[in-house]
Amino acid sequence: MSGPIIEAQDLRFTYTNAEGVTPIVLDGVSLDIEEGSFVAVLGHNGSGKSTLAKHLNAILLPTGGKVYVAGMDTADQQKLLSIRSTVGMVFQNPDNQIVANVVEEDVAFAPENLGVPSEEIRRRVDEALAMVGMSQYATHAPHLLSGGQKQRVAIAGVIAMRPRCVVLDEPTAMLDPIGRKEVLGTIARLNREYGTTVVLITHHMDEAAQADRLVVMSKGHVIADGPPRTVFQDVEGLKAVGLTVPETTQLLWQLRQAGCDVPLDALSDEECAQVLSDFLTA
Amino acid sequence: MHPILETRKLCHVYSQGTPFEQTALHDVDFTAYAGEYLGIIGHTGSGKSTLIQHLNGLLKPTSGQVLFDGTDIWSDPAVTRQTRFQVGLVFQYPEYQLFEETVYKDISFGPKNMKLDEGEIDRRVRQAAEFVGLTEAQLAKSPFELSGGQKRRVAIAGVIAMEPRVLILDEPTAGLDPVGVDAILGNIRDYHQATGATIIMVSHSMEEVARTVERLVVVNDAVIPFSGTPREVFRHGAELETMGLGVPQMTRVFLRLRQLGVDIDPSVYTVEQARDAILAAKGVG
Repeated sequence: MSGPIIEAQDLRFTYTNAEGVTPIVLDGVSLDIEEGSFVAVLGHNGSGKSTLAKHLNAILLPTGGKVYVAGMDTADQQKLLSIRSTVGMVFQNPDNQIVANVVEEDVAFAPENLGVPSEEIRRRVDEALAMVGMSQYATHAPHLLSGGQKQRVAIAGVIAMRPRCVVLDEPTAMLDPIGRKEVLGTIARLNREYGTTVVLITHHMDEAAQADRLVVMSKGHVIADGPPRTVFQDVEGLKAVGLTVPETTQLLWQLRQAGCDVPLDALSDEECAQVLSDFLTA
Repeated sequence: MHPILETRKLCHVYSQGTPFEQTALHDVDFTAYAGEYLGIIGHTGSGKSTLIQHLNGLLKPTSGQVLFDGTDIWSDPAVTRQTRFQVGLVFQYPEYQLFEETVYKDISFGPKNMKLDEGEIDRRVRQAAEFVGLTEAQLAKSPFELSGGQKRRVAIAGVIAMEPRVLILDEPTAGLDPVGVDAILGNIRDYHQATGATIIMVSHSMEEVARTVERLVVVNDAVIPFSGTPREVFRHGAELETMGLGVPQMTRVFLRLRQLGVDIDPSVYTVEQARDAILAAKGVG
């Protein structure tokens, strides 16, 4: 890790809706995202997490405070292209993100627009498809792919821009369990093998558990920030803001409530089984 | 138990006679009993959506029969039409189907098509809105001013307002956060308890069906390999895994616990059952 790639300083966002009401969506969010890290942002609907995501590559601009991407102020119009090629964004619905009739043409769309020379585009497209495990579908039609495959093509399209950071806004919300697994595996590989900074916006606890760092949002504020196993120990605090914890943590928490001496920080099936085994044989 | 919906040797083949021919259902015998809360699980492409679209006559069998209350729903056009009112189907992402100017008008669309009188329509719209927790003020709003979770509740109310004897919901909680999921599942449970209607919920979350339904039907590769209570179905852990479905997290933890040499019954599937099993094993329960 080598310093923050994204810095949000006292970020505020508000807008006026059709009824003339002005809700405060982000209320003083300060957050540094370290280069090379895997950060999950968890929150219920309306917590401000998607609005935060849209500030990370200047889709939205702060109404107060600042966001810096690799030192560039996102409010600086001159830097827009540079900001957007530093931080790429993947959205919820794969069908809304695919523009071409052939997978490899879709992946080539962004580098083409950035004016990358064609041999370089070829190289980047092949590499991006390999990274998401979709090389064998390069000449297929995107509309015939499964949801998980389409979402991986969308991720490849972002990777082909060679961003240093990828922000994914609930990328698995519309996928089935197989598709979710494919996409999560791809995201984890992107971070661990290729060193890309990943910001994953989600409301799935099990997805958040895979990140190095978990940021919890509620009502426009960051209310918890730390390693998942630490954050999830605050079972009641998370429940109070409409979130649940993984079932493994729930079980251990309920056992503690019943007077059992078990630790709360076992997240995976394996860790939880180990803790229970130790407890029962002690 | 009285079977309210049945399929007999139901087959459905898409694009028959073309190079794209695909068998979505093969000789399926399916039963839903009156008043039960039934779950259908299967991965994308398993045939589960094709199956539910047969249950209210949206799709016609390539061969085989669909029976509602013992009558073949395709025996007479009047029966087919009646089945569509009696078996309400809520699609995936139903909020995309809202189209009226107000929430009230949208919910009343179904009852209006049933040619009910104004007073009855009004009663049904208000009752359906109450079931899904929509307020009086929200009825006058445009559906497009509501949040995603609220829109979905409007869409469900629109089907409930037809007072179907069977309510089928295709992944009603997809894409919602935990609060939204609990709200929708609570609405469905309340409706089930208050009306005694048969509920059929399609899901691909094992944890979700584990804590809601009374009986489960698994659809895989165009057939129903097994069905039964959640406890019975989750015994097929390895097979469910190969179907891309898996078992609930608590079942996985308990299976692992047994591998670690702990003598414990692995047929648990909710957090509460797991807690009680551990407490009992420790002798504290």
